[in-house]
Amino acid sequence: MLTFTIRRLILAIPTLLFISLVIFLLLELAPGDPMAQVPLTVPPEVKEKMRLALGLGEPGYIRFYKWLVQFFWVEPQILFDHMFGTTFAEGKQRIISWQHRGPVMDVVVERLPQTLWVVGLSYIVGILIALPIGIYSAYKQYSLFDQAGTFITMIGYSIPPFFTGPLVIVLFSVNLGWFPFIYDTTHEVVDWDSFVYQLRQMIMPVMVLALQTTAQISRYMRASMLDNLNQDYVRTARAKGLSERVVVLVHVLRNSMIPVVTVIALGLPAIFGGAIITEQVFSVNGIGAQLIGAIQANDLPTVQTLTFMFAFLIVFFNLIADVLYGILDPRIRYD
Amino acid sequence: MTDTTNTEPATPPHSQWYDVWHQFKAHKGALLGGIIFLIIVFGVFIGPLLWQYDATYIDIRARNQGPSLAHPFGTDQLGRDLLARMMAGGQTSIAVGLTAMLLALSLGSFVGIIAGFFKKLDGPLMRLTDLFLALPILPLLLVMMMLFREPLSSAVGPERGIFILIVVAIGVTSWMPTARIVRGDVLALKEREFVLAARSIGTSNKNMITRHILPNVLSPIMVSATLGIANAIITESALSFLGLGFPPDFPTWGRLLNDAVQYLQDYPERVFWPGLGISLTVLSVNYLGDGLRDALDPRIRGR
Repeated sequence: MLTFTIRRLILAIPTLLFISLVIFLLLELAPGDPMAQVPLTVPPEVKEKMRLALGLGEPGYIRFYKWLVQFFWVEPQILFDHMFGTTFAEGKQRIISWQHRGPVMDVVVERLPQTLWVVGLSYIVGILIALPIGIYSAYKQYSLFDQAGTFITMIGYSIPPFFTGPLVIVLFSVNLGWFPFIYDTTHEVVDWDSFVYQLRQMIMPVMVLALQTTAQISRYMRASMLDNLNQDYVRTARAKGLSERVVVLVHVLRNSMIPVVTVIALGLPAIFGGAIITEQVFSVNGIGAQLIGAIQANDLPTVQTLTFMFAFLIVFFNLIADVLYGILDPRIRYD
Repeated sequence: MTDTTNTEPATPPHSQWYDVWHQFKAHKGALLGGIIFLIIVFGVFIGPLLWQYDATYIDIRARNQGPSLAHPFGTDQLGRDLLARMMAGGQTSIAVGLTAMLLALSLGSFVGIIAGFFKKLDGPLMRLTDLFLALPILPLLLVMMMLFREPLSSAVGPERGIFILIVVAIGVTSWMPTARIVRGDVLALKEREFVLAARSIGTSNKNMITRHILPNVLSPIMVSATLGIANAIITESALSFLGLGFPPDFPTWGRLLNDAVQYLQDYPERVFWPGLGISLTVLSVNYLGDGLRDALDPRIRGR
């Protein structure tokens, strides 16, 4: 198992390098000019110097190498310094955003908590709803509950978040006036009332994202439970006289969770992608909104860094899913 | 002594596609999904011929109207008829969905069959598929839209340029699941006796693929086709919704939804129709795929 994990880790490095190269080459083709916003009164030679100061004078492969060094070497050092008060990264060049003229990572660190709260909470809520639905619809296969569950998950699959988002806004904000329309990022939780406000403004984005998660996970849970319910060991457990509750919730559930856990790990990066749209709908000031803003402002270093971070999440969770599968299921042996 | 000459079957023989249709009919949701999808397709392509208003006709005196007999869905902020815009938007959205699906499907089937059939290419092609699966699709699509919008628009015209761009972008980022499924099926097929028989009478690789392998992997390809349409329509709408799809005056369902969201506080009902168009199409196509999967699987058929 350990050798497998190490092998997968080593294999992940060329994958990540390849993806960062693809993103870099794509952005190389960008027609936008970072000097487009500079006033016309600035003479061309000064503009040329500004361009060089942004590091645009170098050939592509050197810029790619420098970006790699900044992302994988300098930025972790900054993080380390920040955590332990050391000065490893003193005076080293960081990834600078063309839009804010400041380090990209500072903005990311500012924006990440909003995304993590909304995305993380919605994922947890979605899983908590999905698992009981999946278990019960498998246990009562073809019952009314199962049919209704199938229909609702189909709807969850089919209705995109950019429709459910406006729909719940119309229903709960415009017509009923229960929840605030726009997510207030500057809101701080200090007492009970502000906590309630925070809860109220989070309900809609979280539920919209959770619907997608619920639809997927409950399908997998149902299929996996159905596979296990007809196995011989279930009959043995019943024959031993175990109560139905123990048979289903202990024996069957534990075995059915093996593939579902990996699906949960695999689905997490996708939910970050979905968050890009949900953040746009509810005006949540997270990294998805930062990516859209950077794309519209032609801020290539930010776009490159954020896109790569999304890719990193995908590769990382794929790895976790693979390793988890091996740990949970003793029948799977990779070596 | 029993009569062994009378071996006529009890029921008249019928073709494989009759069986498939028979099984498909039994799946009520799939049948309904197929009918609704056909109605939507006919509605958006034939409807504009019968409807009096043009999708781009501006009547500023009739702006922001609610539903009426003249404008069943109402009008937008420039007085354009929303029913006409819904139909025009549906044409684009469904055309994008079908074309992108065809591109993704042919790419995926090609890679899948080649990888499954030729052992030497299997490793590299599957690593390539894995690499593509690890790409962050939505951010990359957004980046591609940002980069190639201007050059392509100026080269072949704004609408056609964006159409080509969106179709190609969705096509090259969504062929991977098809390739994996097809490869798995081809690998299993290669071990079957009929392939050995065909090989033993000297069938060439080209004929082997086109005559023996391809017809047998048609059913997974058809199922992923339906899922591909749904996926492509949602992706196109998402791009248009984020403002990085078609130009503002060119209606698609995602674009109409985006326009409606900007007037959400004053005219909340405007969100409904484009959203319903997207959701209903995707829902019906998903059900269609579900039924097709059952109908094309001979192990389930007949039960």
